[in-house]
Amino acid sequence: MPTEAAELVFDEATKVYPSREGAAVDRLSLTVPAGDICVLVGPSGGGKTTALKLVNRLIPLTSGDIRIDGASILEHDVVELRRSIGYVIQQVGLFPHMTIEANIGTVPKLLGRPRSWIKTRSAELLELVGLDPSYAKRFPAQLSGGERQRIGLARALAANPSLMLMDEPFGAIDPIVRARLQDEFLRLQQELRKTVVFVTHDIDEAIKVGDRIAILREGGRLAQYDTPQRILERPVDDFVADFVGRDRALKALALRKLGDLELSPATGDGLPRLAADTSLRDALAFLVAERRDALVVTGTDGAPLGVARREDLLR
Amino acid sequence: MTRGWHVAGGPVIPSFGRSSACERSNGWFCTDWLQHHWGDTLQPALVQHIELTLIAVGIGFAIASGLALVGFRWQLFDAPFGAFSDFLYTIPSLALFQLLVPITGIGVPTVEVALVSYTLFILYRNMIAGLKSVPEEAIEVARGMGFTRLQTFVKVELPLAAPAVIAGLRIATVSTISIATVAAFIIPQGLGEPIFTGIQQNLFRTEILAAGMLAVLLGLTADGLLALLQRVVTPWSRIR
Repeated sequence: MPTEAAELVFDEATKVYPSREGAAVDRLSLTVPAGDICVLVGPSGGGKTTALKLVNRLIPLTSGDIRIDGASILEHDVVELRRSIGYVIQQVGLFPHMTIEANIGTVPKLLGRPRSWIKTRSAELLELVGLDPSYAKRFPAQLSGGERQRIGLARALAANPSLMLMDEPFGAIDPIVRARLQDEFLRLQQELRKTVVFVTHDIDEAIKVGDRIAILREGGRLAQYDTPQRILERPVDDFVADFVGRDRALKALALRKLGDLELSPATGDGLPRLAADTSLRDALAFLVAERRDALVVTGTDGAPLGVARREDLLR
Repeated sequence: MTRGWHVAGGPVIPSFGRSSACERSNGWFCTDWLQHHWGDTLQPALVQHIELTLIAVGIGFAIASGLALVGFRWQLFDAPFGAFSDFLYTIPSLALFQLLVPITGIGVPTVEVALVSYTLFILYRNMIAGLKSVPEEAIEVARGMGFTRLQTFVKVELPLAAPAVIAGLRIATVSTISIATVAAFIIPQGLGEPIFTGIQQNLFRTEILAAGMLAVLLGLTADGLLALLQRVVTPWSRIR
């Protein structure tokens, strides 16, 4: 079984429904480097979920190709292909009649793993997603929405897939829990380095979790595929600019930290101090609130690293 | 049969051979009659009643399963199957027994055909409802994770439909136990038989009451056992 992250290539991938006018996904071409999170985002009707389901062939391609580590998805047996890809959906879809342990062990069991292996693996994954091992014997109905989504993630990871497909995984969860799950997911990703395709309609979530963002427009056409930074700073057209929002300059600031700036080597006596891991957005808000023009950036030990002026932040 | 069966007319001659005072005065519940006739009347009737019910529910379950598989897989068949089972269910049981006599004769098959046709409605409707109640996202995820179509059906759809199927089985079993007493109109079997004999013997209360109570007890016991089965087979369904 592949354990290394896989490179995913969409090559003119197209889906046309005979009953509908125009394509749902129109000649989509993009490459997701191994170990990256690619977020598909866009308005409804943009074909994001369709594009995602093309990968595990829940929706068959009309034309074009999708390749995982160079091999076309059409060459694989469809059942084996799906077992090799992690799949998480918004409604989670845990099996209500199976214990949490059995839910997590679904794909390993399909692959013929022994019981003892599944038991160990599910305990491991429960810990990984931050749940107590005692959850193993519970049923999904006994869990909260956030806990269920963690199990959904653990289940998708169980067979150690090289590619994960996540369809609005945090869409049905309240904002506070959602933010926490996003943070935990990113922390996990630091460790696991899976290739992930992540669908959302929420541009802020896309900016937060994506290494790269693909913005799809009506008719399933790719508007822009770039890093969050470049999408915010250099939207290719009005559609993308509108989609990311009027506050895109501030969102871009939120992506960078004081420590990323080139600081002036001054002592800055009498200036307020902020830690290097503060985002530029928060630092700017601070300067505006304090009516100051500059601040001292400090390292983790509190020692001054240099001075950042207001115009440095905005450059 | 140790006791005579009176197909039509004929003088009814109660057997007062060893009758007690209670029996002669037609008391509500003559324990001495029960002691004398448990072995030759009530027990065989009870066993026959259980047999009639098991065969009817068993065959009904098999037929309903087949219909439900087809009706669920090909929606086109669902409406006609449902309508047919509804229609069977609406025929009054006495009328149905009589209608079947010219075709299947006077015997167990007649009774079973009628009893089976009553179970179909409840079993079929519950099976279809159970299969349709399976959450769509569970099926989508199953397919997306690499279950084959058959695996999705056997490992996801069937177990999730089980609570509704067993609920149907409970209703079908209890109602069959009840309807089977009417079978005594056609054949001298089951708990209906002592009830009819009691009616014919100057409304002999003890016999009517005892057989009636046995039928009720049998129904309650069957329902309890199936409820137990449900708890064992679908432990997750109690958690909500």
